Amino acid sequence: MGGDLTDQPVLRRHAEQEFAGELAALAAGDDRERPPGWRLSPWAVVTYLLGGNAADGSNVTAKYLGDRRLMEVAVATLATDRALLLLGVPGTAKTWVSEHLAAAVSGDSTLLVQGTAGTGEESLRYGWNYARLLAEGPSEAAIVPSPVMVAMQRGAVARVEELTRIPSDTQDALITILSEKSLPVPELQSEVQARRGFNVIATANNRDRGVNELSSALRRRFNTVVLPLPATVEEEVEIVRQRVAQLGRALGLPEVPPALEEVRRIVTVFRELRSGETEDGKARVKSPSGTLSTAEAISVVGNGIALAAHFGDGEIRAGDVAAGIVGAVVQDPVADAVVLREYLETVVRERDGWLDLYRALRDHL
Amino acid sequence: MTLNVLGIRHHGPGSARSVVRSLERLRPDLVLVEGPPEGDPLIPLVGSPELVPPVALLCYAVAEPERSAFWPFASFSPELAALRWAEANDVRSRFCDLPAATSLAWKPPRAPRSRRRVDPIAVLATAAGHDDPERWWEDLVEARGVADEALFEAIGEAMAALRGAEPHDREEAAREAAMRQAVRDARKEGHVHIAVVCGAWHAPSLTGTFPSQAADKAILKGLPKEKVAATWVPWTTGRLAQQSGYGAGVDSPGWYAHLHDEPLDPVPGWLARTARVLRQEGLDCAPAGSVDAARLADALAALRGRPLPGLAEVTDATLAALCDGDPSPLRLVHRRLVVGEGVGRVPDDTPALPLVADVRSHQRRLRLPVTEQPKVLEIDLRQPLGLDRSHLLHRLRLLEVTWGQPSRSLTGTTGTFRETWRLAWDPALEVALVEASVWGTTLEPAATARASDLAWSAGSLTELTDLVQRTLLAELPDAVVHVVAALEVRAAVATDVHHLLAALPPLVQALRYGTVRRTDGAAVGRVVDGMVARSAAGLVVACISLDDDAAADTAEAVRAADRAVGLLATPRHLVPWRAALRDLAASGSVHGLVCGRAARLLLDATALTAEEAARLLGRTLSPGEPPARAAAWVEGFLSGSGLVLVHDDQLFGVLDRWVSLLPEDRFTEVLPLLRRTFSTFGAPERRALGDRAAAGGTAATATDTGPENDLDQARADLVVPTLRRLLGL
Repeated sequence: MGGDLTDQPVLRRHAEQEFAGELAALAAGDDRERPPGWRLSPWAVVTYLLGGNAADGSNVTAKYLGDRRLMEVAVATLATDRALLLLGVPGTAKTWVSEHLAAAVSGDSTLLVQGTAGTGEESLRYGWNYARLLAEGPSEAAIVPSPVMVAMQRGAVARVEELTRIPSDTQDALITILSEKSLPVPELQSEVQARRGFNVIATANNRDRGVNELSSALRRRFNTVVLPLPATVEEEVEIVRQRVAQLGRALGLPEVPPALEEVRRIVTVFRELRSGETEDGKARVKSPSGTLSTAEAISVVGNGIALAAHFGDGEIRAGDVAAGIVGAVVQDPVADAVVLREYLETVVRERDGWLDLYRALRDHL
Repeated sequence: MTLNVLGIRHHGPGSARSVVRSLERLRPDLVLVEGPPEGDPLIPLVGSPELVPPVALLCYAVAEPERSAFWPFASFSPELAALRWAEANDVRSRFCDLPAATSLAWKPPRAPRSRRRVDPIAVLATAAGHDDPERWWEDLVEARGVADEALFEAIGEAMAALRGAEPHDREEAAREAAMRQAVRDARKEGHVHIAVVCGAWHAPSLTGTFPSQAADKAILKGLPKEKVAATWVPWTTGRLAQQSGYGAGVDSPGWYAHLHDEPLDPVPGWLARTARVLRQEGLDCAPAGSVDAARLADALAALRGRPLPGLAEVTDATLAALCDGDPSPLRLVHRRLVVGEGVGRVPDDTPALPLVADVRSHQRRLRLPVTEQPKVLEIDLRQPLGLDRSHLLHRLRLLEVTWGQPSRSLTGTTGTFRETWRLAWDPALEVALVEASVWGTTLEPAATARASDLAWSAGSLTELTDLVQRTLLAELPDAVVHVVAALEVRAAVATDVHHLLAALPPLVQALRYGTVRRTDGAAVGRVVDGMVARSAAGLVVACISLDDDAAADTAEAVRAADRAVGLLATPRHLVPWRAALRDLAASGSVHGLVCGRAARLLLDATALTAEEAARLLGRTLSPGEPPARAAAWVEGFLSGSGLVLVHDDQLFGVLDRWVSLLPEDRFTEVLPLLRRTFSTFGAPERRALGDRAAAGGTAATATDTGPENDLDQARADLVVPTLRRLLGL
């Protein structure tokens, strides 16, 4: 029985497992200089991220679709021993990029600290095996190292997800690690010194409210790369469509015909409000206080599908998504409502074929 | 007898350094520089300490000054470097290109200079496997710390391989023939060592054996000519970044100037200046950050396979290490450093400028003599002469040449057909005109350029609406397009409805006067549409939480905006605006003064019936409402004129009843407010109201059948003395 279960493939494999072939092919043909402790040269890491061909001609898939410049800055940052901070709104592939960077640079993307409000210093430094501590007193063997400490010992890349969710006091534990490259263990009167190749990639959401801003001392240890939202409507519509299809299957929602036109309208509304101008660039609009990320567009469409399937005629209509749009846009009941009303009157109303959406949104406002 | 051809890239700091070093070694007795020979008499001025680059050599057709061309030079321009070297070393120098007399006659006014069919640098870069020619040239030539004549030889050879010996078109053939002819003339004069500084493209045509002199003379024979004047004008780094007389601007003059000043290790100095700019703007930027940025720039350059970090690497590093990934401070760096904010200067003895001459000719044509004595001028805009005069004065004002100041009419006429100006010429205005020359060679294009620039740098919405009016008054249709575009952008993101309200009246004014002025108001109309819609959408929210002073201002702004919307008199404006006013009047959370004013405006526009108004007034004056707010409402409703009370029984009745039912302490509380309201009425109005109150007191004698006929006489009598006192009768 037990054997059967462990034979099952894992739900999701780590990047270095999934793309082991590509990494090996790149490493085999990589004759450029590698920074100490790196599995690949910086050029090969950039190729791994952006796609291309390995030296033996095999294909390397693109892991990140977007600006080459950003990936170059990210890789160059890691090569200079400054830590890397990836910023962006949800759904901009921050975690994805950090995982693949760690896989390509160190061959190990699992040295991960997930930042939450409850993350303590022991997650960034070390904790104790209390049974052993009580039995033997403080010793190397009683220490439970954090992923960051392991990365220092191995000369690998550690990842910290959602850095700004970690309480400020705890965040600052990283300062010594990043500037001195060492982690003192006062209990043993010793320290762990990082080997070459050690670095930290952190991710954070730059539009979330109520988070713990990095102290300027910590901020100075990071080079920041902001990952942008999808550049074109087409790209974003595709992302939303795919994710909604996956979500729908996961939630077991009844099949609703793919309403690409409706998705496109929602994505357009979100993009326009977010960017502060219409897609054709002819008019400016105000932006509401909310994020309006791709992730929220996905949830509005998902919500619309659920409404249409259970309460509507099985096809997404303007009325099914209007409440979702209003809910996503109007975060501040006074100011955002004005923004949306203005947008409705000056943009949506004038647009051909959008009259149903205009009416539905007005009803909900 | 030697001839050295130094093929350069216009505005290339690396080329400039190489040119100076080569000249030092070659020690020629004559330096020929690509440029129009009309500029020769102006060359000695480059040695003057008062000539501060960026400057431009301006050549213009004397008959039509708007046909002109600029040859801009920055401190890092190889041509200027060569001229300055020659001045400093007492070596003769002159320009050797085709005369501007010919190129101006060829070139239709304002058309872009004919482009080469091939961009030589791009072809070379592609051959070398680089996709960006600018960066390739920068890596190979500009970013080199050291360069020598071998470089010029190599460039010459590369260009020769690229273009062959044959020129591409007639203009190029003529230009190169002119350059060769200049060399021949110089030899004839006895110069032995000649150096030519010209664009790399032309280098091959000047090396090796020249074609026969007769052939060149045949090319140059019979070319069009006209009278051309030349002078130096101050230039700005911002304009260097645009298309210029060479057909090629530079995107980053500030960076190039820095490369020119600090050739060996430009990055640390640049980042230090960047950090200073960021700190001046109050951004936290430690020196350690500059160090990190420099290291990142180096790593990026290595990753991208460049010999030295270029502007792209430095910018990326600044963004990641100094700006926390936030691009908005970077825009500041771009404006202040990468482009730069430098303005050039020219010596006082530079010949007079065409703009000055153009203004003089306008003044003569419009019979407006220049006097220092102030003089008042009344203009009738219906006359062509008057309209032209008005345009001249408005355009000059746009260029900060405040010769005329709009003033109050002496005869008291206020019609839209009239304008009154106070004219006084001050010597300082001469300086202002010279400064304005940077915007153009004749008045209209210069004022247009200036207005467009103002539009995009305007700080507030009101500044922009003011500018719309000024450009419409100055009749600059091209500028109006820009100003209106800027206004559209600004109005769309204006968060403050108060600004929108304030901006509406002047815009509507501009729309209306468009007909008198014969200007096209369609674009303005579009902006007004958007502004009315936005004001209407945000009106109620914007009026919440106002103190007494702010409420007074807002009430006035609403009144002015309502008048403007009323002037437009189109349903698509009136309907949403009046709906918004209705919401405002009925709102319980807005300051009473504003609500009352909104109700009154609606009533006056007959968008509110007397019954509705009475209902609103009644509701406001009901006991649930704090008397202070009620009194403010009444003030807003009645301010300016109490006639409405004289003529409307219902309203009068409601107010009358409210006053009489007020408890004593409340009454004393609101009395000053009411008194203030009523004291704004004219004496006849107050008397009429008093009569009315008295008549209300004797309802039996009244002929009307209004509700006051049901009044309880005895009780009504009690009110009358109070009302009399109240009304000051």
